Order: sequence, then structure tokens, then C-alpha cells
Amino acid sequence: MTRTAAIAIAGAIALAAGAQAAEIRVLNWKGYGTDEPWAVAAFEKATGHTVVHDYFNSEQEMLTRLRTNPGAYDVVLINSAFTRQAAAEGLIQPIDTAGMKNVADLAPNLAGNPELAFDGKVWGVAWVWGVTGIAYNTEAMDRPDSLEVFWDPAMKGRVGWRDDALESVQFAALVTGQSINDIRDLDAVRDRLARLMPQIRVFWSSENDWNQFLAAGEFDVATYWSGSAARSKTHFGLPVEFVIPREGAIGWLDGLSIPAGSANVEAAKAFIDWMIDPEFYVKWDTEVGAPASANLKAAAALPEDAFNRRVLGDPANIARVEIMKPVSDADRERFLALWQELKAAAQ
Amino acid sequence: MRGPVPLLAPAYLWLTLAVFLPLSAMGFFSLVSDIPVGGRAWTLTLDNYAEFLARPFYAQLLWRSLELGAVVTGLCLLIGAPCAWVLARTIRGRWREALFILVILPFWSNGLVRVFSWAIALRGGGVLDWAVNAILPWDVRVNLMFSWWAVVIGLVHSYLPYVILTGYVAMQAIDQRLIEAARSLGASRRMILWRIVLPLSLPGLAAGAVLVFVPVVGSFMEPRILGGRAGTFFGTVIEDQFTAVFNWPLGAALSFILLAVVLAVLAAAAPILRRSQ
Repeated sequence: MTRTAAIAIAGAIALAAGAQAAEIRVLNWKGYGTDEPWAVAAFEKATGHTVVHDYFNSEQEMLTRLRTNPGAYDVVLINSAFTRQAAAEGLIQPIDTAGMKNVADLAPNLAGNPELAFDGKVWGVAWVWGVTGIAYNTEAMDRPDSLEVFWDPAMKGRVGWRDDALESVQFAALVTGQSINDIRDLDAVRDRLARLMPQIRVFWSSENDWNQFLAAGEFDVATYWSGSAARSKTHFGLPVEFVIPREGAIGWLDGLSIPAGSANVEAAKAFIDWMIDPEFYVKWDTEVGAPASANLKAAAALPEDAFNRRVLGDPANIARVEIMKPVSDADRERFLALWQELKAAAQ
Repeated sequence: MRGPVPLLAPAYLWLTLAVFLPLSAMGFFSLVSDIPVGGRAWTLTLDNYAEFLARPFYAQLLWRSLELGAVVTGLCLLIGAPCAWVLARTIRGRWREALFILVILPFWSNGLVRVFSWAIALRGGGVLDWAVNAILPWDVRVNLMFSWWAVVIGLVHSYLPYVILTGYVAMQAIDQRLIEAARSLGASRRMILWRIVLPLSLPGLAAGAVLVFVPVVGSFMEPRILGGRAGTFFGTVIEDQFTAVFNWPLGAALSFILLAVVLAVLAAAAPILRRSQ
């Protein structure tokens, strides 16, 4: 039933858009929803538009690609912390959401997040959100409830960490009682991260890394993204549980944007509308594992024991999550220098 | 036009396109305050080079990369020279062809694939761990993954063929009669090795060493994948500037410092290289 319904919905989108068959190019993280083969196939079958994917490994790489290849992409996934920067650099265009039938069902605070909708225009359609927190091997240790687990002497050499300067600094800020968006005491952060270094066994950089390292017993506890943790559990059958630590967690919101110079705006809008469709989301979350949807109807359509209702649906958990704001280039470079210096000192 | 100019033109054109232009673009980037795209304001500055001096960890990592380059080059020579000798002098006919293909085979596969296959071999519970435990009666844990040695192993494997191939060419050209003459005059095997074989194969081995040393000092992929926490080198720091913070000017300046240091190392080694001509 879901397949035919999906096709019917996508078909309606195509008719509404009155679009001709086009090839749309999507720029995203690999394995992050838009490139699910069944979703692409359903979309292609319904609309006649073909979908080609290109991937990036970091947000900066995504921006670099948009800067150096104007007109090469039609849909791009941009984290809300970068949407303003992309718009200010003229890399993306505002989206006229009229005619996108699922936009009305988006959670107002996410769709209207000032980092996605500003200057009276929509620059990114809220797609999914989630948190970066702690994920651990349930067979190897007890449930941690605090970020202090990463500094626990018993976990020395058992910690996995993402080799990302900003995220490292933000976690250290949380554990020292600071806001991730307003880090005042960088010395405390440096001190914390210096003590973290000997605890780290390995740096992970992708979901694939993370799953392999956990399965091979390289680490027992690691920083991780909530949606990916759900995927590790449901899709790969790994003994993983996700925790939102009591100090707080780094929240993020991903939006789908249309790059400036896209020649297939209507087709791109149809694709984005399909991406926020409950039909797509329920299948993505139940069969593959996904972050939390920004679409309220989609979240409500999940089974009751679903991770995205159980963990991310708990109001006490959500209250501790702080959504990340944009970070200036100067701060980024400062954090990277700090992080590199600590890594160099730990050699 | 007369003389050698028209004949040399294609070579110079190629050098201009492939070497001079990209290098001068990077040279330009290393001298600006911000990358001139998207209407960003920029000025000419030396700050990027000053940054290297202001933060001692850059120099520390550069030294670490040079050390890595020296160790990997040394190991490649230690393993590669005997291999080249066996290939050039001992084995003949079809076997030589077969071994030759085995030496070149790694070149046919993507570098990333080779590194990932090492990751599978080196990690705990991996192929190496399994094999060692299958042979030895007592329980040993072999987990070399995410260590300095994992990086060295991956790099030696990647660059060893350069030394074998250049060494092979030089050793094959050694006149057999020289060795026979030395032997008939009563030279020991060691003396033949030190006085005839090594000096005559030095040009090839030196060329191989340069081919290994230069890319290893700037390597970033192998350290990142195999090194884990121990995988921070000068090359990975440069890569971070380009991919993680879009700070091309600093990345370009660090690259040029690396280039200068590598050229200085090669200049210091020049007497050895020249003597071997």
C-alpha cells in the first residue's frame, strides 16, 4: 500500500508542478535519506525526474562545492547553522513554498526557525533534526547519563570521538557548564579536552566508521548523532543505545535548500516536498532509521516504540537540547587551532 | 624559428600548465588574507607565514612528518634494495615477469582501497591477529590499528614499488664482469656489495628514496585512516585548513613551508645524490 500511495502522492506533486522530466542533482551526506534507492525510484517513477547524487564529507566541503560549481546542483542539504552563511554568499535562492503540500504540516518552531526563514523568505525547508549525544555499547557497559563518562578513568582507551574541532569544543563547553552558542571560558575547554586526549581510542568520521569501530570493539562509548544511533540499532542490529546527557546535548536542524543557479527549481521543490512527506519518512525511519522529522504528521505516524518517539519525543530530553547557532569563521579557526594544538601535543 | 626552441616548446608549455600555474595560484593564496571568492575582502599579507611561527605545534608536526618520511624511506630502502637485487640478478625468464607484475600490482589498485585493506588486516580480531594466533600456541593480542606503526606499514606498502623499480633498473645495468673481476681478485662478498654493487646502484636507490620521501612527508590519507588518534601530521593539518575551515590561505602557506623544507632536505642530500651520478 505504501508504495502505491507514495507514487500517487509524488504523482500529484508532479502534476501540480506541471514539470517536465528533468535530471536533478542532489548534494548531501552519503546514506542520508535522499539517496535511499526505493525513495529515488518512487520519485522517478511518479514524476519522470531522475535523481543524481553527489556527496560531501563536511559542511565546509559542501559550501566549497557550491562556491566552485555554481549551477551544478538543484537540491542541497544544509545544516541550519550554515544556511544564513550560504544565503549571504549568494549560494542558495529563496524557496516559494506555495504548492508544496507538506510544508503546512512542519512544526512551526522548526519551519520558522530564524536560521532557516529570515528576511521574510524561506531559505531552507526544515527536514529533520536531532542531537549529538552519547551512544554506547549496551553489552560492554552500564548506561551512562553524564558526559563525564568520556573522562572516566575506567573508560581510558575505550572512547570514540569525532575529529571535529567545533563539536569537541562544544562538548567541553557543556561539561564545564557553558552554553554551546556562547563559549566564554576557553581555558576550561582547553583543559578538559587536553585531559580527554588519552581517553580517546579512535576518531570516527562517518557512520560507516562508527558502526565498524563499535562492531570491532574499538570503542565502547562515543559521541554520536541520534539518528545514526537509531540506524545502527535497527538497520545493523548493533547493541547500541543513545543517551541525551544530563549536561545537555548539541542540537541540530537540517534543511533542504535550492542552490542559486539551479535550472530545475520546480523539480527540486517536488523532490523536497517528497522528502518531507510522512509516507517517505515513516518508511525511512522504520526500515532504515532516521533522525527526527520536522513534519509533525510524520512523527505522529511512527509506531509507539520508535526511537524518534521514545527518546526524542520525551519532553524532559528535548528541554536539555540546545540548537546550534552559526559560528563565525574567526571562532571556527580559533577552535581548529586549539584542537590541532591539543592533538599535536598528544602525539 | 631555429634552434631547439620549437622542439622544446611542448615540454615548456606542459611544465607551465601542470606545474607553474597551479603552484603560482597556491603561492598567491598563501599571500592573501582571505580567499577572493564570493565578494570577500582581501589584502596581501604575510600573516599566514607568521601563523606558522606563532604556533609551535605546526613546527612540531612538521618535524613529526619529516621523521615519518625518514623512517618510511629507510624501511623502503631496506626492503626494496634486496628485492630489486633478487629481481635483477637472481631470477630469470618467466618467473621474473611474474614477480615484476606482483611488484607493480599494487599500483593498479586505488590507494584508498589498499589503505582500507590494511585497516582490515591490522585491527584487533583482524586478519593479522587471527593468523598470529593460529600459528603461536599462546594467546597474543595483535592490534596495530590506530598507531604510528599502522601508518608506517600502510605507507611502506604504498611506496615500496618505487624503490624496487628504480633499484631494479640501476642494478640490472651493473656489468656482471665487474663482479666476476672483483671475485677473481679475491674480494669478499661484503666487499663486492660495498665497493661495487651499492655505489653502482646508488643512483637508482637515491631516485627511489626521493620518490618515496617527498609524498610521504605530505601524506594525509594514510595517517587519517590508519593512525586514529596518532594520525595527526603536517599533511592532515594542511588538509584540515582546506576542508574543515575553508582557510585556503593558511593551508597554502603551510604547503609552501612544507615545500621549502622538503627542498632544503633534498639540497642537503644533494652531495650524496650527485656523487651517485
